[in-house]
Amino acid sequence: MIVAGRGKRWSAKLLVADSAGGLRNLPRVALESLFEPGDLVVANDAATLPASLMGIHCVSGDAIEIRLAAWERVGDPTRFTALAFRGGDHRTPTEERMAASLARDDRLALGPLVAVVEHCLASRLYKLRFLGDRTNILAGLARHARPIQYAHVPELLALCDVWTKIAADPIALEPPSAGFALSWRVQASWRERGIGFATLTHAAGVSSTGDPALDARLPFDEPFCIGKRTAAAIAQTKACQRRVVAVGTTVVRALESAADENGGVRAGEGVARGRIGRKTPLRVVDALLTGVHQPGDSHFELLHAFADDAALQSIAATLCASGYRSHEFGDSLLIERRGLG
Amino acid sequence: MLTDGDLKGLRVALTGGTSGLGLALVRLLTARGARVAFVARSAPAVEQIARETGAYGIVGDVGRKEDIYPVALQVTANLGGLDALINNASSLGPTPLALLADTECEELEQALRVNVLGPFRLTKALLGALAASVRSGRGAAVINVSSDAAVNPYAGWGAYGASKAALRHLTDIWAAEAKADGICFLSLDPGDMDTPLHALAIPASDPKTLKRPREAAAEIVRALLAHVPGATRRTEGP
Repeated sequence: MIVAGRGKRWSAKLLVADSAGGLRNLPRVALESLFEPGDLVVANDAATLPASLMGIHCVSGDAIEIRLAAWERVGDPTRFTALAFRGGDHRTPTEERMAASLARDDRLALGPLVAVVEHCLASRLYKLRFLGDRTNILAGLARHARPIQYAHVPELLALCDVWTKIAADPIALEPPSAGFALSWRVQASWRERGIGFATLTHAAGVSSTGDPALDARLPFDEPFCIGKRTAAAIAQTKACQRRVVAVGTTVVRALESAADENGGVRAGEGVARGRIGRKTPLRVVDALLTGVHQPGDSHFELLHAFADDAALQSIAATLCASGYRSHEFGDSLLIERRGLG
Repeated sequence: MLTDGDLKGLRVALTGGTSGLGLALVRLLTARGARVAFVARSAPAVEQIARETGAYGIVGDVGRKEDIYPVALQVTANLGGLDALINNASSLGPTPLALLADTECEELEQALRVNVLGPFRLTKALLGALAASVRSGRGAAVINVSSDAAVNPYAGWGAYGASKAALRHLTDIWAAEAKADGICFLSLDPGDMDTPLHALAIPASDPKTLKRPREAAAEIVRALLAHVPGATRRTEGP
């Protein structure tokens, strides 16, 4: 394991921000003793597809990197919306990467895979179709593609670094990273204490395009699926006036997209559209376990749905002063929504 | 009683699917309607068996750490989830079989990589998918193919026996730990079978005295069905 904190017993931290504005610094292992019997923790069990492919733009002969940004139809690996970068690699921050200029019908040689440009959607954003059948495309992705890499993680990330312990169906294009906090031990402790655990599957897409205009459109529409048992568990939790804790912002987006009038959620497939922010009423989620993000990025902005500006400023100041590590493989924040009794 | 299509919807992954017991399992499971993904090292053999049976063939070596997650990815993406994992691929260690004192360290390491670390790694990588199957009410099981050499200290079977003993103990501990998660772990000893592996180990044995792999495969499927609640009512859907 090459990412700080994965593989070795490292002391991740957890900041707990309660609805009254109180802040507590805890070791993240304390997660297993949080929450009350009857509460329900809901996590995203999507595994992560390796979504970065290095290759050649056949017309120009230029080296390119393709990053799969969204599914055309979730689970069908033949078509994706994808970003195209010229040369270089992830060690250059995404916003400093040059866009690759591709034209319709251009071919891309991506290791054992060949892709064709079907549409140009925007600067650096294209619809691609992989040639070949589904099983061969999956084999090609498994062998040749890497997980999307991050400039702040210099070592190459492998699939084992980006799959959470609960990773199941590989439909996320970047990891639902809040789930890194969920060990089997934590789940066992919750079970013993009468705290429920349920999952949904949400195809988290790219977190950054490197283009300010495109970044303003993030997150792209993301498909999700909520099983009947998860919907029933949420209904029961609400009926007992207990709390629903979302693990990760993808879970907030999915649950609030699927919310019905009674504070429950509709089971089945859906698409999460738009951003959650200060004007979004939270109808289902009472608390959020998430990674540590900086004010300004879309994950942090989502926290405005949970707490007011003063509370968020105080949280940001504490995260900074206490040396919390940000980004996908860092520390964690548990935030309760304001007005929670 | 075997009936065509009675395992419709069951999603099974197995390793070592192009010869011996693994091949018999791929044939039996697909004939009974299960969705099967199998792993083996030889691309031509994988292609051939995939074509013959309709199962998803995955080229990979469970003894190679780098292959594990790419294999797991293809398993779950092709099957859309996973109800059962059968860790069947095995290495004999040195062939012809050797006394421990004549066994090279690398040969023991190879047996441990394929027979212990491989199943451990692949199970870990797929445990999330198996737990998801349990949460959706389908149940989940991991079957690790064992041997009487895991229990009895047969002279000449040191690398194989020690690695299978480790796998057996690993299975028992995992069974205890994963019980509350609803994932069933089983060690199954298929007995002495007429397989290429057995012929490598004991070239002089008479195939007529050995069990047919398809009999052993049928026993394993029976055990699987007995331990995965809901396996036989899958046609009703998740």
